[in-house]
Amino acid sequence: MSKKGRLAVIAGGIALGVLPMAFAHAAKPIKIGITAELGTIPGKAIANGAILAADQINAKGGVNGRKIKLIIEDDHLSTTDAIRSFQRMVKQDHAVAVVGTFVSEVALALEPWAARLHEPYLITGAAANELSEYVHADYKQRQYIFHAYLPAAYLAQAVCDASKQTLVDQFHMKTAVVMSEDAAWTKPLDAGYDKCLPKVGLKVLDNIRFAPNTSDFTPIYQKIESLHPNVIIAGWAHVGVQPTVQWAEQKVPIALAGINAQAGSSVFWKATNGATEGVITGSTSAPGVAITPKTLPFTDAYQKKFGISPAYTGYSTYDAIYALADAIGRAKSTKPLAIVDALDKTNMIGTQGRLVFQGPKSKFTHALKYGPKYVTGVAFQWQKGVQKCIWPLNLANAKPVFPSFVKLPAKS
Amino acid sequence: MLALQILIDGFAISTLFALGALGFTLIFGVSGVLNLAHGGLLVIAAMIAWYVGTSLGYGADWGALAGLAACVAAALLTYLGVVRPIERSRAIPARERELFVLTATLLWGVMIEEALSYAFTNSPVTVKPLIGGTIDLFGVSTPINELLIAAIAWLAMGGLWLLVNRTRIGKRLLAASINPRGLTLLGFELGTIYLIVWLVYGALAGIAGVLLGSFLGSGSGYIPGLTGSAFTIVVLGGLGSVSGTLIAAYIVGYIETVTAYLISPSLRDVPALILLVVVLYVRPQGLLGRR
Repeated sequence: MSKKGRLAVIAGGIALGVLPMAFAHAAKPIKIGITAELGTIPGKAIANGAILAADQINAKGGVNGRKIKLIIEDDHLSTTDAIRSFQRMVKQDHAVAVVGTFVSEVALALEPWAARLHEPYLITGAAANELSEYVHADYKQRQYIFHAYLPAAYLAQAVCDASKQTLVDQFHMKTAVVMSEDAAWTKPLDAGYDKCLPKVGLKVLDNIRFAPNTSDFTPIYQKIESLHPNVIIAGWAHVGVQPTVQWAEQKVPIALAGINAQAGSSVFWKATNGATEGVITGSTSAPGVAITPKTLPFTDAYQKKFGISPAYTGYSTYDAIYALADAIGRAKSTKPLAIVDALDKTNMIGTQGRLVFQGPKSKFTHALKYGPKYVTGVAFQWQKGVQKCIWPLNLANAKPVFPSFVKLPAKS
Repeated sequence: MLALQILIDGFAISTLFALGALGFTLIFGVSGVLNLAHGGLLVIAAMIAWYVGTSLGYGADWGALAGLAACVAAALLTYLGVVRPIERSRAIPARERELFVLTATLLWGVMIEEALSYAFTNSPVTVKPLIGGTIDLFGVSTPINELLIAAIAWLAMGGLWLLVNRTRIGKRLLAASINPRGLTLLGFELGTIYLIVWLVYGALAGIAGVLLGSFLGSGSGYIPGLTGSAFTIVVLGGLGSVSGTLIAAYIVGYIETVTAYLISPSLRDVPALILLVVVLYVRPQGLLGRR
């Protein structure tokens, strides 16, 4: 490069760096970092949920007169990238808090940094129990971390509660095989399934864990078929399309329920060419289901702005940004401990239910409270290309219907 | 019963592996290019087939055709835009050209992966099968699509055999693989022959990509794995040897299937890789390799 060219680049760099700073000084926005896997459906929904919440809050005048400014960075599903980006957001951008990631492995890697850098960090999609157990183990040091979603133990409980009132009570199912991908979040999930499924009347015949890069599920389905269970209880997030398609194509005569996180996306019907007909999954919400008065306005606004319906992380991130804005508003400060204290007192209606973080005495410190009065999620089933809510029963807009190849137990 | 299941499932997988790796070995045999963007081309075919067939709703047939066309176009682009400029460049010393081509196709594969991930997200999709439903094959419930895939793959491979052994163009391809200089001296334009072989390669990869996408699904995240398995099969069979590739594909396909059924689906890739290491150790040229 010529000397002149180099000078121009340096001058441009200075101008680019200085001008925004000058403006920033005048407006003094509150910066919030977003870490997400932008190439994935749930990761994109984290960014979208945050953008929507920030736009709405800013349109109403911001927080204590200051606008929210998001710094969205892609962590490419990599812990190294995520940590680097986290440090950059804290040290260079001076983000007052960081929100995001649906990958437990990434969140677990970020937690020590949140504790070390005294940075409030809200996890909005990852589900491992360890995320909040980590806070419980050393509260004083790690109080900056909030698990603004449900730990896997609660997700398992929700699946059991839903299975009891639908599969067991309505279809007299008695046996299940647990089939989960091998990942951090499914270990506590499987432990939860093994404990609570028998309690609701579903005997667990086997627990099959498979590598997330499994390409052909035929051998697994053959094995499950030989056990003759009534239902397969899934624990899938990294996989989804392939096992669903093979279940339908090979006409596996067993109902498919549990958590099939990718099936929560509205594009799943197309991705599987409709093979998802009859699949049940636990999720945060279902289209058209008003869990709280905030749910439907949120999904409508999201659909209008982004042209697709939100994945589960869209709900949790949108709620987390509102909870954060509410906390900063009450604290009238952006100091880490002030934000943490205010977040501890959060008691607000979000799109998923009533949001309350658990205290230091709970095993799942700073995770959302689970239960009918708080957040439970829903179970929905794909029926003719539409996600129909089948649980909780008071919100259900359809009864479960299974494809003709699924053999249902005889009604006794 | 289990044996029959393994036989049927393994046959479908192996045939797909063979078809997927065939183009890869052909392009190496004729033009000496190891195309490390191979997996990228397979996934382009599958993603476009899905996009046109399912997302735009034109149906499985049109989707498959569109995927095939996209893959041929991508193969031509790979040759004209990535490989040929390096081969013709005077700035690169002749003895380093192979390495440059190798690196360029590797980077090209990464670019395809990122572009597909940007355009379609990295969530996998499945290509709509040309025929749905299952049939009972000696007591094993088998998707009709699986049998159709094997039939189409064998037709494509038979077509390639006819092209190489029974047509003038094929004979030139063969000659180019044996002695390119001699062919040039006889007055044949090597550039045209390479263009033809890349066209044939694009068609083979397109068919393989669409079929793979309907059997195992597809997505940008699949690219490194697909390139890797084609590479394993081709090295095992002997670089540039078509019959070696076919044999290696069936060996790998059946080893993987047997492992998945009898040991654990999570370990299905492991034995084939061990075999590859052993073969490289005792017979570095591969099963039927000539160099």
